[in-house]
Amino acid sequence: MITTKDKVQAVEQFAEKVVEVEGRSLWQDARRRFFSNHAAVTSLIILAIIAAIALIGPFLSQWNYDDIDWEALSDISVLGRPNIENGHYFGTDTLGRDIFVRTMQGGQISLLVGIMGSFVAIIIGTLYGATSGYIGGRVDSVMMRFLEILNSFPFMFFVIILMTLFGRHIFLIFVAIGAISWLDMARIVRGQTLSLKNKEYIEAAYACGVSTPKIILRHIVPNVLGIVVVYATLLVPNMILLESFISFLGLGVQEPMTSWGALISEGAQNMEIAIWQLAWPLGFLVVTLFCFNFLGDGLRDALDPKDR
Amino acid sequence: MLTFISKRILEAIPTLLILITVSFFLMHSAPGSPFTSERALPPEVLANINAKYHLDEPVINQYFYYLGGLLQGDLGPSFRYKDFTINELIAQSFPVSAEIGIWSFLVALLIGVGCGIIAALRQNSWLDYSVMGFANLGIVLPNFVLAPLCILFFSIYNHWLPPGGWNGGAWPYLVMPVIAMSTSYIAQIARITRGSMIETMHSNFIRTARAKGLPKYRIIFQHALRPAMLPVISYLGPAFVGIVTGSVIVDVYFGTGGIGQHFINGALNRDYSMVMGVTILVGTLTILFNAIVDILYAVIDPKIRY
Repeated sequence: MITTKDKVQAVEQFAEKVVEVEGRSLWQDARRRFFSNHAAVTSLIILAIIAAIALIGPFLSQWNYDDIDWEALSDISVLGRPNIENGHYFGTDTLGRDIFVRTMQGGQISLLVGIMGSFVAIIIGTLYGATSGYIGGRVDSVMMRFLEILNSFPFMFFVIILMTLFGRHIFLIFVAIGAISWLDMARIVRGQTLSLKNKEYIEAAYACGVSTPKIILRHIVPNVLGIVVVYATLLVPNMILLESFISFLGLGVQEPMTSWGALISEGAQNMEIAIWQLAWPLGFLVVTLFCFNFLGDGLRDALDPKDR
Repeated sequence: MLTFISKRILEAIPTLLILITVSFFLMHSAPGSPFTSERALPPEVLANINAKYHLDEPVINQYFYYLGGLLQGDLGPSFRYKDFTINELIAQSFPVSAEIGIWSFLVALLIGVGCGIIAALRQNSWLDYSVMGFANLGIVLPNFVLAPLCILFFSIYNHWLPPGGWNGGAWPYLVMPVIAMSTSYIAQIARITRGSMIETMHSNFIRTARAKGLPKYRIIFQHALRPAMLPVISYLGPAFVGIVTGSVIVDVYFGTGGIGQHFINGALNRDYSMVMGVTILVGTLTILFNAIVDILYAVIDPKIRY
């Protein structure tokens, strides 16, 4: 009897020790790996700073983004130079408007378009891909054929048609961009879903009588979230670039509002006489895009299940 | 293999038909018409023009006229460039874009794959960071910034290259368009190559090859490169179509007269047949190159059989 009591005690003690060693979840694991990647963490910090400046910046200047400085307007290439004294920290544009405030305001638009556009694309793509992959069979092949047709359209065709149909409202622009950028996302999620759907826990859920939409939302989607997050961070810079391309064509944000792309295409026209008009918005754009790319790579290293 | 190819061709026909139908009706549902301009035409003239192009008839009739022409290989007259048919315009501008595109593609492929392999073999070293930083420049520098910077540097400051024009594709006229065109593709190809090369180098058959004592260059070129290229190839199919169908940026800045500007201008001016023509061209090429990618996959990867 004594020996059994000893054994019970030993087991209890062991159990106490076991409780202290907690298992690490996928997300904890990923967080640890992400924070040991210095390039990605630095990028995240820089991005946070840029976003903060873009939000707070306009309040730090005496100028509004559509104020015209008539004095500087008389000679842009001299009086429009970056100057601390008259409040034009980054100089003025050809119409005498303050580049600092416009860069900040353009940053708000560019970041918003990038993030919201990716958000729309991610939602549609994830649900489409997960549904197609999980249901499979004929539904899958119809849905994939539809995707293939959409894919063979020239991308700019959609952008321009949507622009002419919906006008130049900035929110419609990013919804439109998002609504046509989900194709790759859907394909990636479908691939992941195909490998998930034969897992035991999906079968268990099915055996318990969980409905198909609920299996997709509760069991499939959370498990493909890793790759979705990675892809989303790589999508944001593409969206920002696309917005700037549209602005370059003259279809983007409506004046006097602006975006980094619009500022850059204006600046590129005057770069021989007023390089600051190009340099500041371009600098912000380049740093932001670099950071998003490093962030995306860091997240991929942290979250990609293939890398175990 | 033959059955696979013929199946792909048969599948392409309904896809193309849907593509044509959808883009036709979308294009015609956009507000505005090709003949609305700032100076309004007299109503009688406008009515005559509309009658000539069948624009006064219901859209569904126009659609069947268009399909009828298409069956005979006729893409219709341009609404914007009077006296030109779309066939002529495409025959004029597509070779230009294709020539820029093929050179850019080769440059992007060589530099991109090279950078990716170097970066992967020295993963997380300074070499990796600097090579990938260089490649990533192509993503972060949009080509509408790169193009004017190129002109500023090569033509205005240094007079090395002509600032624009085409001149039948002589090489000095090719350099800047190829730079502007290939940079963003270099970056994408380098990233994909690096990722898949790292994955391949960690796989078991590479470890076996190492254990056998094979020299490093043979491991890389004979064993690792082939499987590592698979994801790159599936990117290259659509990328090739994008690259040979030109870019409006290159056409605008370098005045090369490629197909990119026709497409954008066509869409902005409601030149219906121009947009349709380019859409059909791009759609056909996309389907074609996706099929080629599938075939290449089967050639490279012995696990895939059709």
